Amino acid sequence: MRVALQVTCVNDAMFPDTGKAVVRLLRHLGVDVDFPSAQTCCGQPMVNTGYLDEAVPVVRTFVRAFAGYDAVVTPSGSCAGSARHQHSIVAERSGDPALVAAVAETGPRTYELSEFLVDVLGVTDVGAYFPHRVTYHPTCHSLRMLGVGDRPQRLLEQVRGIELVDLPMAEECCGFGGTFALKNADTSIAMGADKARHVRDTGAEVLVAGDNSCLMHIGGMLSRQRAGVRVVHLAEILASTEES
Amino acid sequence: MSGTFVGMPAFPTAARAALGDTQLRRNLAHATQTIRDKRALVVAEVEDWEDLRLAGAGVKEAALRDLATHLETLEASLTRAGATVHWARDAAEACAIVASITHAHGADEVAKVKSMATAEIGLNEALEAEGIAAWETDLAELIVQLGDDLPSHILVPAIHRNRAEIREIFQRRMGDVGKAAPADLSDEPAVLAGAAREHLREKFLRAKVAVSGANFAVADTGTLVVVESEGNGRMCLTLPEVLVSVVGIEKVVATWADLDPMLRLLPRSSTGERMNPYTSTWSGVSPGDGPQEVHVVLLDNGRTRALADDVGRQALRCIRCSACLNVCPVYERVGGHAYGSVYPGPIGAILNPLLNGVSDEQTASLPYASSLCGACFEVCPVRIDIPSVLVDQRAAVVDSHRNDRVPSAEALAMKATAWAFSDSRRLAWAERASGIAGRVITRFSRTTLPGGRAASGRLPGPAAGWTGARDLPAPPAESFREWWDRTDGGQR
Amino acid sequence: MTSARDDILAAVRSALADVSPAVSVPAAPRAPDRGDLVALFVERVEDYRAVVTRCTSAELGGVVAEVLGARTSVVPPGLELEVPNAVVDDAFTADQLDAIDAVVTRARVGIAETGTIVLDHQPDQGRRAISLVPDLHVCIVDVSQVVADVPDAIALLDPSRPLTWISGPSATSDIELNRVEGVHGPRTLHVVLVL
Ligand code: SF4
Repeated sequence: MRVALQVTCVNDAMFPDTGKAVVRLLRHLGVDVDFPSAQTCCGQPMVNTGYLDEAVPVVRTFVRAFAGYDAVVTPSGSCAGSARHQHSIVAERSGDPALVAAVAETGPRTYELSEFLVDVLGVTDVGAYFPHRVTYHPTCHSLRMLGVGDRPQRLLEQVRGIELVDLPMAEECCGFGGTFALKNADTSIAMGADKARHVRDTGAEVLVAGDNSCLMHIGGMLSRQRAGVRVVHLAEILASTEES
Repeated sequence: MSGTFVGMPAFPTAARAALGDTQLRRNLAHATQTIRDKRALVVAEVEDWEDLRLAGAGVKEAALRDLATHLETLEASLTRAGATVHWARDAAEACAIVASITHAHGADEVAKVKSMATAEIGLNEALEAEGIAAWETDLAELIVQLGDDLPSHILVPAIHRNRAEIREIFQRRMGDVGKAAPADLSDEPAVLAGAAREHLREKFLRAKVAVSGANFAVADTGTLVVVESEGNGRMCLTLPEVLVSVVGIEKVVATWADLDPMLRLLPRSSTGERMNPYTSTWSGVSPGDGPQEVHVVLLDNGRTRALADDVGRQALRCIRCSACLNVCPVYERVGGHAYGSVYPGPIGAILNPLLNGVSDEQTASLPYASSLCGACFEVCPVRIDIPSVLVDQRAAVVDSHRNDRVPSAEALAMKATAWAFSDSRRLAWAERASGIAGRVITRFSRTTLPGGRAASGRLPGPAAGWTGARDLPAPPAESFREWWDRTDGGQR
Repeated sequence: MTSARDDILAAVRSALADVSPAVSVPAAPRAPDRGDLVALFVERVEDYRAVVTRCTSAELGGVVAEVLGARTSVVPPGLELEVPNAVVDDAFTADQLDAIDAVVTRARVGIAETGTIVLDHQPDQGRRAISLVPDLHVCIVDVSQVVADVPDAIALLDPSRPLTWISGPSATSDIELNRVEGVHGPRTLHVVLVL
C-alpha cells in the first residue's frame, strides 16, 4: 500500500513535530509513508472565506501531489474534511471536468489519522506510553464533518500510563473557525474562554485534539491565562514511547 | 410601537456590544441550555429519528421542486373551501392587503397570532401607519411589543429577558394599552403568564379581525396549520369574524399525509415536547364555526430569489423550529439582536442573504457569523446543510466584490496566500522567511508556552485580533518540509 | 401591468427551470409497537399535567357530574350525555362563553405516543369556541378511539373539517424557558377515559 502524508500547511510551517510524530508512528506500525514534496495546503482557508476561484489552483496542486497513492493520511480532521467534502465544490466551480474527476479520486482516499489507524490498519493499541493526566477535545470537523466518532478515544484508552479525564461540554466548538478567529475575534475569544475554563476544570496537565489549529487557539488562551496546561496533538501522544 | 432593525451595524460590531452585556449572556446561556436538554430527551425517545429527518426533508424538498404546481393546487383548494386567496410580491403589497381588509370591516385593531412572516414584512408598523393597532398575543411577542424591544429568537422572541425584567415591563406598560397589571405582580412565571391572560382576554373577546401566519399549507386540501402552545392562536383563529393568514410560498406541502413527519419533527425540535399543547388546522370557511370570512395572502418577498439558488434552495425547507439557534455557540453568546433581522442564528445567517442578496454590508457580514462547527446541521429536523450554505453565501459575498476598483486587504491577502499555496516552491520560500522570523521571536520573546516553546504576546496591527487574548507560538526554525529534505524523512 | 399572482408563479417557474421536480421521498418510519396503547396514552396525557379519570360507560354521567361539581358548564348539542345544570350551546357569543366555567365534549381520536386528543368539532364536540373559552375542559375519550401514533391519526382525520389537537392544558415556556401551565386556553384539561 502506497501511503502519503498530507502534513497540512499549518503543521508544515508551525508544528513540524506533529508531522514527525505521524512519520514515526506509521513507520513503527510498518507503514512506509511518503511525503510528496509538491503538496501545499488543502485550500480550506480560501474556501471557508468564500474565495472559491482562488482555491482552484490550490486544489489542483493537492490532487496532483497525491495522485497515485492508495491512501492519504493527514493529522487534521479539518483538512481531511476539506478534501472529502469541499474539493468537489471547488472543482465544480472550475468547470474543469478533469479536476472534477481527480477530486472524486483523491477525496475518498483521504483519511484523518485516527480513521486511518482504526479503520485501515485495524489497530487501537499503537504501543504508546504517556504518563500524564490528559483530557480530549473532539474538534468540530472531525466530529461532525467526518464523523470520526470515538476512534481517538479508543486509541487514547490503549496508551499506557495515561490518565484520561472527561472534558465538560466537550462537543461544543472552541471558537477557532479559521478566519472566523480574526473576522469575529470577540466572539471567537468568548467561545475560547469557555472552552479554556472547561479544560482547566478537569485538572488535566495536557489537552489533546486531532487538529493543531484548534489547539493553537485554545492553547493560546490557556497560555495567556497562565493555566499551565500544555496542548499536544494526538499524533504526538500516540508516537510517545517509553524510550522517548 | 416596537423597534426596527433597519440601520443595524454589521455582525462583528453588534456582537461585540452584546458580548459586553453580562445579564444578556446569563439569560441566554440559561435559556439555551434548558431547551437543548429538553430537546435531547424527547429526540432520544424516537428510535428512528434520523429516518424521520430524512422523511421530513424529503416532504419539503419535493414540495419546493414542484412549487408552481402546488401553489396553483393550493389556490384552487382554498378557493373551493370558501377562502379568498391574495398574492403579494413583497412586504409592501402584503401589508397593503391586510390593511385594506381591516379597513373594509371598519376595524381599527387586529389580534395577532405569532408569525415570522408578518414580523419579516413589518406588518405591525405598516398597520400602525394606517391607523390600525396590531396586538401581539403570544406571551413572548407581547413582552417584546410592550418593551418597545426587538425579537431575538424565532420561537421565544423575548428569550433575552429574565423574569424580573418581564415583571417590570408588564407593570410599566400594560396599563397604557389595555388592562393594567395588578399592583402586587410578582416575578413568578405562572403569575406573569396569568397577568398576560387577563390583559389579553378583553382583546380576544373584542377583536373583529385576526391576523395569523401558518406553519404549513396543504396544497391538495387547502388546509392551513398553526402550531402553538398558549391558546392565543386558537383564540385568534376561532373568535373573530375575519381571519387573514399571511403565508410564505415555501410553507406548502403537497398532501395531507405529508403532515405526518412534520408534526412529529417540529414540536420535538422546537419546544422539546412530544407534541405542542395546541395545533389548529382549518380549510377555508366552516359554516357556523369560527371566522366566516377567511383570507390567505401568499407571500414571495425574496423567496423566489432563494429558490433560484441551487445550493441555498434547501433553506426554504426551514420549519422555523429554532433548534439551530439553541445549539449554536455563536448565538448562545451574542444573542439574536446582533444578526439585525427577525431571523437570527444559523438559519438567519443564510436566509437573510438568500432572501435579500448581499449588497448591503450588514447582510454580507452574516454568512461569516459562524465558526462552521456544524452543530446546526446535526439538529435541523429538515436536514438543511447550513455550513455548506454559509460557505456558498460567503462565496456570493466575495464574488459580489470581484469587480471592485480597489480590492480589499483581505482579497489581496487571499490572492497572495493562494499564489503561495499553488506551488510548493513558493510555499517553501515563505516558510524559510517565517523560520527566520521565528528565530528572532524565540530570541527576544519573553512569553513561553507550557512545554517551553517561545510565543508572541500582544502584537499591534493585523495580528492584534489574534493576540489580544491568545498567545501565538513562534514559528519553528525549521519547517517539516525542510526537516524531511535534510534528514530524508528522518532516515538519515 | 401583470398581476402579482402571475409574476410570482413565473418567478417560481424560472427559478426551477433546470431543476427536476422528481425527488424520492422516503417513507416516515413508524414507532415500534409499545404494547398497551391505552396505558401509554394515559401516561403521556398525565405527563402534560392533565388529569385522567377512567370509568365504564355506565359510570360516565356520575364521573362527569363529580368533576364539574358546582361549576356552570356548556355542552355541545350532540354530546348524548345528561350533564346536570349544563346549557346546550346555542350560538353563544364569546362574552357569554367567558361567563361559563366549564365545557364537556367528546373527541375524535386519541394519540398514545404523544398523549394528544384531536377534536374534529362534530356535533358531539361542538364548534371550536365552546371548548376554548371556558377554563375547564372535560373531554370524554373512548378507549376504542386511541391510536398508536401521529400517522394513524392523520389517516383517520378529515382535513375538510376544522381540527384542534390538544396535548395537555394551555402552556407557555416563554419566561426563561420554564414550562408554565395555563395561559389562554383552558387551564385545566380533565380527560375521562371510557373503558
Ligand atoms: S434551519 Fe432547521 S433547525 Fe434551524 S429553524 Fe429551520 S428547521 Fe429549525
